[in-house]
Amino acid sequence: MEDIIARQISITGIVQGVGFRPFVYNLARSFNLCGTVCNTGRGVLVQVEGPSDSVERFTGALRANPPFLARIDCWEIASRPFQGFVGFTIIDTRGDATGESVVPPDVAICPDCRREVMEPSDRHYQYPFTNCTNCGPRFTIVKNLPYDRPGTAMAGFIMCPACVSEYHDPANRRFHAQPVACPDCGPRVTLVDRYGEKLKGSWLDETRRLLVAGKIVAVKGLGGFHLACNAMDASAVQRLRRRKGRPARPQAVMCRDMATVREHCLVSKGEEKLLCSPAAPIVVLERKTSSTLPRVLAPGLNSIGVMLPYTPLHVLLMQNGPAVLVMTSGNRSGLPLVKDNRQALTELGDVADYFLLHDRDIINRCDDSVVWLVDGHLQFMRRSRGYVPQPVVVPQVAEIDENVEALGSQPAIRPEEVPGASRPQAVKPVESRSFAVEKTGRVIKGKAVDHEITVLGAGGDMKNTFCLLEGGRAYLSQHIGSVDVLEGADNYQASLAGFSRLIQAQPLVAGYDLHPDYYSSRMARALVPTAIAVQHHHAHMAACMAEHGLEGQVIGVILDGTGYGLDGCIWGFEVLQGDYLDFSREWHLEYTPLPGGERAVRNPWMTAVAYLLTALGERGRAVAEKLFPDRFSELNIIEKMLRSGINSPLASSCGRFFDAVAALLGICQVNTYDGQAAVELGELAPAYIDSVMFSEKPSQLDRSQLALIPYPYNLNSGIIETGATIEALVLDIEHGCAPAIIARCFHDTIISMVVQAVEQVRCQSGLNRVVLSGGCWYNRYMLRAVCKLLGDQGYHVYRHTKIPTGDGGISLGQAMVASRKQGDGSLADPKDAH
Amino acid sequence: MSVVLLAHGDGGLLTRELVDGLFLKYFNNPLLQQLSDAAVFNSPGGRMAMTTDAFVVDPIFFPGGDIGKLAVCGTINDLAVSGARPRYITASFTIEEGFALADLEKVVASMAEACTEAGVDVVAGDTKVVPRGHLDKLFITTTGVGMVPEKLDWGYHRPVPGDVVLVNGSLGNHGLTILAARENLGLDGALASDCAPLNNTINLLQKHCSGIKMMRDLTRGGLATAAKEIAEGCGLDIRLREYALPIDAAVRGAAEILGLDPLYLANEGKFLVIIDPAQVTKALDILKQSSYGRDSQVIGQICAGSGNVYLQTPLGGTKILGLLAGQPLPRIC
Ligand SMILES: [Fe+3]
Ligand SMILES: [Mg+2]
Ligand SMILES: [Zn+2]
Ligand SMILES: [Zn+2]
Repeated sequence: MEDIIARQISITGIVQGVGFRPFVYNLARSFNLCGTVCNTGRGVLVQVEGPSDSVERFTGALRANPPFLARIDCWEIASRPFQGFVGFTIIDTRGDATGESVVPPDVAICPDCRREVMEPSDRHYQYPFTNCTNCGPRFTIVKNLPYDRPGTAMAGFIMCPACVSEYHDPANRRFHAQPVACPDCGPRVTLVDRYGEKLKGSWLDETRRLLVAGKIVAVKGLGGFHLACNAMDASAVQRLRRRKGRPARPQAVMCRDMATVREHCLVSKGEEKLLCSPAAPIVVLERKTSSTLPRVLAPGLNSIGVMLPYTPLHVLLMQNGPAVLVMTSGNRSGLPLVKDNRQALTELGDVADYFLLHDRDIINRCDDSVVWLVDGHLQFMRRSRGYVPQPVVVPQVAEIDENVEALGSQPAIRPEEVPGASRPQAVKPVESRSFAVEKTGRVIKGKAVDHEITVLGAGGDMKNTFCLLEGGRAYLSQHIGSVDVLEGADNYQASLAGFSRLIQAQPLVAGYDLHPDYYSSRMARALVPTAIAVQHHHAHMAACMAEHGLEGQVIGVILDGTGYGLDGCIWGFEVLQGDYLDFSREWHLEYTPLPGGERAVRNPWMTAVAYLLTALGERGRAVAEKLFPDRFSELNIIEKMLRSGINSPLASSCGRFFDAVAALLGICQVNTYDGQAAVELGELAPAYIDSVMFSEKPSQLDRSQLALIPYPYNLNSGIIETGATIEALVLDIEHGCAPAIIARCFHDTIISMVVQAVEQVRCQSGLNRVVLSGGCWYNRYMLRAVCKLLGDQGYHVYRHTKIPTGDGGISLGQAMVASRKQGDGSLADPKDAH
Repeated sequence: MSVVLLAHGDGGLLTRELVDGLFLKYFNNPLLQQLSDAAVFNSPGGRMAMTTDAFVVDPIFFPGGDIGKLAVCGTINDLAVSGARPRYITASFTIEEGFALADLEKVVASMAEACTEAGVDVVAGDTKVVPRGHLDKLFITTTGVGMVPEKLDWGYHRPVPGDVVLVNGSLGNHGLTILAARENLGLDGALASDCAPLNNTINLLQKHCSGIKMMRDLTRGGLATAAKEIAEGCGLDIRLREYALPIDAAVRGAAEILGLDPLYLANEGKFLVIIDPAQVTKALDILKQSSYGRDSQVIGQICAGSGNVYLQTPLGGTKILGLLAGQPLPRIC
């Protein structure tokens, strides 16, 4: 007689809406086991009974090979009294919603659904909302947990008998797929003109015809509207740019298939995998010289953002339509993505010629994600659709054991060993206890963080995301964008409310940026009882630490645009030393005034003039006159502004340094989109460098190839002095040196500054871990070189691969710092900003 | 940071902190608590208004005026926007040793001229001289009193959603003129201060328009700061329309170069009126024929809300205007 056992397995993570229950059902049946499986507010609960050997094998198989889209965060097994289940059944959702389960991100159309929409005999033929457990909308249609149809935008669509039977058939691909729909019962598409007048004929044929004819069509998608036009039609692209008021910002395209992508771009295996992944992000690729795509898509750049069709609607549009479509976000400059039909007609009425609408509401607005690969490492420019609301797992102080102290100066915790990283148990209230981590002779004392408290990271004012941190999981929001306009602030608050609903927790503590004029900070202070100011670059550093599960002290190299500093100046080129609780600014770039403040940020030539005048005085003035002859009348004023300090805040910013050099080289005098000058300068250097510095196989790099050719500079008691750099760079310009070579030397200068400053900090502190964060690390050449050089010198170097290195990532750092400070109990006045 | 910063005097966030945290702490009374341009109170002879201001402008002579004219107009205007008819002012001069007597005479003559136009008298004064270097040339402090019509009821309690916001002309002229003159920016030719006594214009409007809810002069901190204070004071929102804001081309150009926002620049001859929509046409007619209201404009509206000021732009969405905390700092990262 075999040994019969009964077990209960509760699983949390991304386990709902990913076909988890039918998977369990089929697996259990294959082992001839009895029991039940159901969704709960916390995740999935499995009850299983049978011979112990089969139960073991079942458990092992489930754990080792969960469904494709699932992600198991926590796994709890308990023995149960034998109940005598008959057969294995899927039972209804249990309504105890305690907020442990996670709504999955939206998933690109799967091969099966793609086949069905192409197959004339299938009932889903040409149906643009076809989906199944393996694909389709998720986050963008969810209102409430648990993730069931009534809590989604599909609530109003009553399933037809055919869909009902598929929905209830555990053997079917659509078993409990909440958004299932077909032409008989699901949402519908309407094509209208800009007056809302419906067009005659088939929406599909008409839309394709309009696109081929060079029209601009606003297309309602998964997380918002796109503005689409034929990418091969340069005049259509120009028209779209003009109407949208975007003269130069690179526009993403959608290619019909991989073959089309390969026709225009160089694609590595890793990049192909990303393009075809369930998240289906925009992947920035290098364009082929042979590509016939018009240059106007990304003026001045050799790269282009590409994605594949990720909904059936896209697949259908592209099937016989243009092979490459511009698919730029459907919003007015600086405003949130348009997501509602009526709003589209009013806000995009003078941009689009036609509107492809549908009647499934977008609950959660979600922009396309934008990524690229740097040396095979993923880098997020924007982490949104396809990734959100998947949490990032971060370390939890409370789980550090007292005995780590005994480890002395060894790295107390290596990233892969971070306690809590796999969440061995469901969150339980942790009583406060002290701990101490000995690091390089410094003792950090702190109290346990209360896991029950949800902490908000408010984010920045531009490229905003916010973050809700709860029990070792950081839920970063979708891309919110600018929050300093009313529409953006409303979007922020609505999204925050939506997120709080999804994780079923209200933040009680918030970390926000120190900047006195940040609207995100003002909102955080108004919305959350305890608000803690976090310096911008401390937040960047903490974000990178958290992403890698680092504890204790690190060196942080934060190369950034502009962030408000503790001294009231603008920071952005900082070598910090510190941890989550505190930091010191060990090195920073010499201050240079920004005449006109934000205006200088938009006008790199003004920053260039400031650098020239500050570094070279009279001679700088002469150079400025030569380099910017048509700005002559303003030079006098800028000179006076600098002399008297009129509206000329001091900045130690890497981004502004890039701006200045880009303008000096004549690459970009005026930014028409954020970071344009730095991006264009960054593209220039690698063109020259890649062949010299990086061989085809990075592993075969030898030292001589990595030789830097920096301009001179000075490290002087905490300040990285740039006077000599500007002087040498200007000499090169005057000698007619090629911009690409100057660009390379400039990049090498920054790299060299960083490496040398880091070395100084290591000498003094013994710290060996370096985190890289800040928007300037989007510069691939700099990132690769610094990682390589520091790595060669024995540093552990950490860069962002899960969240943006730019301001889209600071919310995580703010939440971490606020959470630790709150746990530390060291807050004198919680509302105190400074 | 336990010292006074320059930003404590710019009318923005820090000024408010100083007023709320220090002055109101010690000088706590219902009249001061209102923090209006002038205090209005009952006296045996009727309702009176009283205000005081110190003037420390550099340079003391500038296109469109001088420190003397400014000292008279500033105080008169504070009284006028409170609904009062200014009657008497006092003037206290603090002078640096070595200041040219001829310059002092120019200043005083200019004060007299402004008083004549406004119909007020300087009825008391004081003179102090401090050693060279103890202050910069000349400071003038003026205090003014005036009579308030018996039935007049202006204040934060009056505006309701739907009321209209008017301004009597171009914004930012004074602040930019002073900056350009002080720093010798070479922009002076095109710029002049709007410094002017507004009482005659305001009194005219007040006499013929019953629908006025309240007024503010747009001095330190400019239109944006005044609007924010009104919005908070009323607990309502103000929506301004960017395209309607009267801003001179010279101001616009110079502010653009300097990276400054004309909405936050000081004016010395501008006031904002909140008025019943039914009276707007009439008010504009009157203003456009007055001495200091030819460029009057409807610039926005009072809306239900909670003390926010929004600026609707034609393209970039709806900007949120707040109190400035020190100088504006870049946020673009
Ligand atoms: Fe940043
Ligand atoms: Mg006053
Ligand atoms: Zn599918
Ligand atoms: Zn159906």
